[in-house]
Amino acid sequence: MKCNFANFWLQGYFDGELRGRRAAEFERHLQHCVHCAAELVNLDLLRGRLQLTELYEPAPASLRRKINAHLHPIAPTSAASQALLWHWLAALAAMLFIVIVLWKVSPGLRSDDYQAELAGEIVDAHLRSLQPGHMTGIASKDERVVKGWFDSKLKFALPVRDFAKTGFALNGGRLDLVEGRSVAVLVYEHNGRPINVFIWPTSDPDTSPRTGSRQGFQWIDWRKGRMEFCLVSDAAPAELELLHQLINSSG
Amino acid sequence: MSELGLEDRVRFEQLVLPHMDAAFNLARWLLRRRADAEDVSQEALLRACRFFRGFRGGDARAWLLQIVRNTCYTWLEKNHPMELSMEFDEEIHLQTCATPETLAIAGDDRERVILALETLPPRFREVLVLRELEGCSYKEIAAITSIPIGTVMSSLSRARRQLQFALAHSSHKEAVREV
Repeated sequence: MKCNFANFWLQGYFDGELRGRRAAEFERHLQHCVHCAAELVNLDLLRGRLQLTELYEPAPASLRRKINAHLHPIAPTSAASQALLWHWLAALAAMLFIVIVLWKVSPGLRSDDYQAELAGEIVDAHLRSLQPGHMTGIASKDERVVKGWFDSKLKFALPVRDFAKTGFALNGGRLDLVEGRSVAVLVYEHNGRPINVFIWPTSDPDTSPRTGSRQGFQWIDWRKGRMEFCLVSDAAPAELELLHQLINSSG
Repeated sequence: MSELGLEDRVRFEQLVLPHMDAAFNLARWLLRRRADAEDVSQEALLRACRFFRGFRGGDARAWLLQIVRNTCYTWLEKNHPMELSMEFDEEIHLQTCATPETLAIAGDDRERVILALETLPPRFREVLVLRELEGCSYKEIAAITSIPIGTVMSSLSRARRQLQFALAHSSHKEAVREV
């Protein structure tokens, strides 16, 4: 036998969600409804059984570690152990391999949407780099030092040039992750503003520069000589364009 | 790689991180596999971190669980779309999912309860988990799941009925076996 009045309010009463008049009304109903009284007992048994079973599963320590690592990134120290370095290089090589394979296999994916997504990722990476304590690879104004640092870490030859004479001083470089792939980043400074130049190998044909802006940052992206370049900064577009021309003509 | 400034990060750690257990537990029951739950709750927590500047105060647990739930449903849509589409066919569900046989095979009572809960459609499972394991009020459940309070109550009613049905049948089978 079912009790239609109760079916709905019974749950609320059981969960302590009925208040005042409504609760009193239901209690009066309960005094002469066998179905509801029995159902309440059943609900209580069910709850007791669920509680006894201890179903709650707290977060594993590994999840906690990953979130903490995300919130407190550790800058690499010069005393990093050799083993870690090798792990890191192996991971980098594997990633580069995957990137190159994917790049070869899926040129069709590189649509305008993709371009916008990529720009978004790069702007995000640029924003991250502005955070205090962000990982820096090598801080040097010497193009040979910076190039040497990259050569020891990359499988491809990275063009590294300082343009201090034209107002774009090389400040160093680092490796970053964009869309899950490892990319080289050259850091320049122009009128006190940082400009990040993201560079990674590509098998796609050369392109003329595409520009855009996102979250107040300008970007210029182009491909030349099996390399893709993307400049990001909050500097004026004309200034970025100047750096683009400097890099493009120096390669 | 944190996208939060120092002040926001401290607030995030004080307000949101204490609910990491709740986040994982909800994902675990929605997705059923711990490994999937770890991946998806991690993704949800990183999203929460990314969106934290948009959090205007209030109930941080409900805010986080809402993100976890959305992330889980997106994952389910991508990986198990059938599970989401079949959920409202209660009659068919009762006949096919929690069959006494599958439940009776499960060894102890704990396994039986887990299996019975896991055979419920996700939308019933989530209201039960939020109410019985997380101790949420109807209002909180409504906020997390974006369904009206009346629907919370009726979903709980149907979810409990299905769970009782599944458990009663498995216990019956068990009793028969023991005789």
